[in-house]
This record gives sequence, C-alpha cells and structure tokens, in this order.
Amino acid sequence: MEIDPLIFRLSIFILSIFVGYYVVWSVTPSLHTPLMSVTNAISSVIIVGAIIAGLSGNSDTIFNTSSTFGFLAIALAAINIFGGFLVTQRMLAMYKKKKKDK
Amino acid sequence: MISANLSAIFYLISGVLFILALRGLSSPETSRQGNLFGISGMIIAVTVTFLLIGNFSTGFIFVLIFILIGGLIGAFIAYRIPMTAMPELVAGFHSLVGLAAVFVAISAFLNPEAFNLGTKGNIKLGSLIEMSIGAAVGAITFSGSIIAFLKLQGIMSGSPIVFKGQHPLNAIILISIVVLIYLLCASQSSNLFWILLAVSFLIGFLLIIPIGGADMPVVISMLNSYSGWAAAGIGFTLENTALIITGALVGSSGAILSYIMCKGMNRSFFNVILGGFGATDISSSSANKEQRPVKSGNADDAAFLMKNASSVIIVPGYGMAVAQAQHALREMVDTLKKNDIKVSYAIHPVAGRMPGHMNVLLAEANVPYDEVFELEEINNDFANADVAFVIGANDVTNPVAKTDPQSPIYGMPVLDVEKCKSVLFVKRSLSPGYAGIDNDLFYKENTLMLFADAKKMTEDITKNL
Repeated sequence: MEIDPLIFRLSIFILSIFVGYYVVWSVTPSLHTPLMSVTNAISSVIIVGAIIAGLSGNSDTIFNTSSTFGFLAIALAAINIFGGFLVTQRMLAMYKKKKKDK
Repeated sequence: MISANLSAIFYLISGVLFILALRGLSSPETSRQGNLFGISGMIIAVTVTFLLIGNFSTGFIFVLIFILIGGLIGAFIAYRIPMTAMPELVAGFHSLVGLAAVFVAISAFLNPEAFNLGTKGNIKLGSLIEMSIGAAVGAITFSGSIIAFLKLQGIMSGSPIVFKGQHPLNAIILISIVVLIYLLCASQSSNLFWILLAVSFLIGFLLIIPIGGADMPVVISMLNSYSGWAAAGIGFTLENTALIITGALVGSSGAILSYIMCKGMNRSFFNVILGGFGATDISSSSANKEQRPVKSGNADDAAFLMKNASSVIIVPGYGMAVAQAQHALREMVDTLKKNDIKVSYAIHPVAGRMPGHMNVLLAEANVPYDEVFELEEINNDFANADVAFVIGANDVTNPVAKTDPQSPIYGMPVLDVEKCKSVLFVKRSLSPGYAGIDNDLFYKENTLMLFADAKKMTEDITKNL
C-alpha cells in the first residue's frame, strides 16, 4: 500500500512544531518584539497561495470573483512582508552593545 | 516552467531559511543576519511560485502591481511607525495575515480547479477540511486582532467588556463552528462556507472583548500563534511545504510567548483568555484599605538621592511608553554615569503591552542591550543597590505578590524593588495599577513618591543632577 502524501505533510508539520519549539525557546527575551514582527513577515509566505489564486483567471477575464480575492490577498500579504521585514530590520539596527570607551 | 518536484525542494529551502531567521534572534549580533535569511527565504518562495505557474501574461503584471502597492504601504508604515506603537502595529499585521488566509481560502473554494483540489461543489474532502479550518482560524485571527488593535490604540477602552452568559455563548459558538465544518464537508454547500466565515469573525471579536489592556501581551502572542495555524491550514490545502513549515514555526512561537507571558503573571492561560481580570476585583480589594501616609518628593530630592548613590537600578513599565520618556530617561542615566554611578535596567517579562516592549524602547533610546537585564538576572542585585528608579511600572513591583495569599497577584514573580536602600517611584497619582490592587511599596519607609508625568520628572531630575 502507498502512503498517502498527506502523512508526509503531516510529518513535516509535526517536526516543524518541534523545531519551532526549540528555536523559539533559545530566542533572547530582549528580542521578543522583533520575534513577533519577523514571524508576522514570514507567515505572510501565504502570498504563495494568493499568487496562485490571482493567476487563476484565464486570459480573457483576469478578474473573476476567485482571482479578485487572490489579488486582494496578494496586497495584504505584501503589506505584511515588506512592513514586517523592514520594521524588524529597523528595530534590530537599534540594538547596540556598550561602547568600549565608556 | 519548472517541475513540481524542483519547486517543492525550493519551498523546503525557503522553509529552512525561515527557521534560520528565527534562530538568528538568539542574540542581537546574529539577529540582523537572521532577518536577511528570512528575506531571502521569502524571495525564493515567491520566485519559485511564479516559475511554477509559468504564466507571465497580463495577469502576472497585475500580480506585480498588487505586490508593489502592498509593498509600498508596508514600507511606508515600517519607516513611519513610532517604536512606542509597536504593539498596535503587530496586532494590525496579525489581522492582515488572518484576512489574507481567509481570502485565499475563499478563492480556493470558489475556484478549486486552479489549485488542483477537485471541481466546484466536489472538492476533495481532505482539502475542504483543511481549507475550512484555515479559513475559520484566519477569520478569528482577523477580528480578534482588530479588537486588540483598537484596544491598544486607545480607540476602544482597554477595560474588559463582560456581560452575562458570555462564556456559555462563546462555547456554543465554538461548538457551532465545528458542526458547521462537519456539515460543510458533508454538503459542499457554499452557503455554509459563508456562514462559517461569518460565525468565525464573530467569535474572534467576542473572544477578545473581555480581555483587559494589560493582558494584551498574552493576547498578541496568542493571535500570533493563531495566524501561524491559519497559514499552516492553508499550507495543507495548497500542499505547500514552505507554508506548512512556517505555519508550524509561527504557531509554536506564539504559543511559547503566551506561555512565558502567563508565567510572568502567575496566571493560567485560561484565566487570561476567559478575561474580566481587573474589572471585578477593584471594589473588594481597595475598599478595606484605609488612607495611609506616603512620602512624596520633588525632582530636587530625587536628584540628591541619586547623586549620593553608587548604584541605581531603573525599572521601566508601560507608563514609560505612554509618556514617551525613554529618551529623557537615557539622558538622565548618561548624567548619572558621568558621576561614576553604576546604572542598570530591570525588565519584568510582562512590562509593557507586548513581549519585549521595554527592550525595544530602550534600544531606540540608544541604551546598550548589555545594560538591560531580565527579572531572574537582576533580582538579587536590588539588595545591594542604593536607589531603584521605578518609572511607569506598578504591579510588577508590588511586594504583596510575595506576602499576601489573598491578593489576586499572589505568586506572580515580582522585582524585589523594596530591598533597595531607597525607592523612587514616578507615578501620576496613587491610583492602583491594572490588577486593581494597592501597591504596598507606596507606603514603605524608604519609598519616595514622585507625582508627575514620567518624561517631565525625568527631565527635571537631569537638570538638578
């Protein structure tokens, strides 16, 4: 009997939860705010689904109901991706060590 | 253009890059590199999707236009947002992830052929289950985050909104969501799909309104977790590894943060989620307390105390964020350092309105991160310090948490501020904090209350030093 591909995806899912668990516990508490903004940005990889949805119309009708939702989702996810990564970058640039001469 | 197998490998690579992005946050030195890993992971995922579809017609141009529009808005927000507004921003971003998940699910439901999920009205059962779970969780994330955003922004009152029968109502709605998903899978009816979305939006709203402002750290972390699970649900529908890995990472990340926040308040997750904290306890605990004398002082007294100290510990809280006092605070500390006074900062896990809120504000004010310590790292130092400067914090310093088993915050880990030789407490009035209880620290022999706006007081002290 073949194994259902769903089982493989489920395995990836469960293992990723464990990876996430250990990786996030090692995040220093002072960086918890950047952690939230960066997880925000990466969870917007949902844009992949939005792109498929947006391109689902045929060449005559680019905007049907289904693809319109796709395009809206693309814009929302793009706000998050750019906003999330850039604001994280901005925050992380502020974390400085003590200057030696002090 | 490229095969499904090759694209799956690239999605896996971008998933791994996202793991490395989070790994980088284990220390500030590696964090910037980590962020670059995250960005490259995203670029790979998007590029591979374009190549996989291989459709570079007019539709593709529109996709780029929408990415550009969203990107410009996002970049604009990212550069303009003040650091004190970070909690609102994150809540707002969560709502967008949730809504994007809902839209993708709607699109897939209306046009399953495009996603290889079967035909309309005859969607593969597994896909339909995954899709409806993703849509429901996404909708809850969206409306919940909107409420959290409104409360943090101050548009909606931060006090809990409670009404009779609230919990039974929520329970019924949650059960009805499960039933709706079951019926939807059995009938493939699009009406049920819309009802499911509407009910999910409603419950997201109802779940967050009873939770008070200072419990927002838990709420934001929880919604962060939800947005991850919504993404994972959609990832299963689309059979996309990058999305499944990311969803699981974000889901567990948010869950851990909620756990840390709850532990910082010594309350169970359910106690926070059921809400109403601080709304019911006020009358019972403040009624039996008579007026007690407090010592209050001015900037001059505070400056005198600090000038004669050899070590000072600063305890910032949400009030510092409200008064935007972080820059003034750092200037005061610079002056103290010039007088050879040792200064460090003590951060309670739930100080502020989101995890790590105080750290970001201090970093913004150019405070080196190796002068900023967590509760466990610094709590023993209070006994050896001369002055504790409490600015905008309250409940997290209350010794009652250690002494009075009747208190609602009993057992919460608190900063041992009272062990300092003297305590300077900047506060606008004697009013109780979020937990609705009096702070014993106000009435201690060695406490000097400084009644003023945090920023103004800090500036005045600096002038007097």
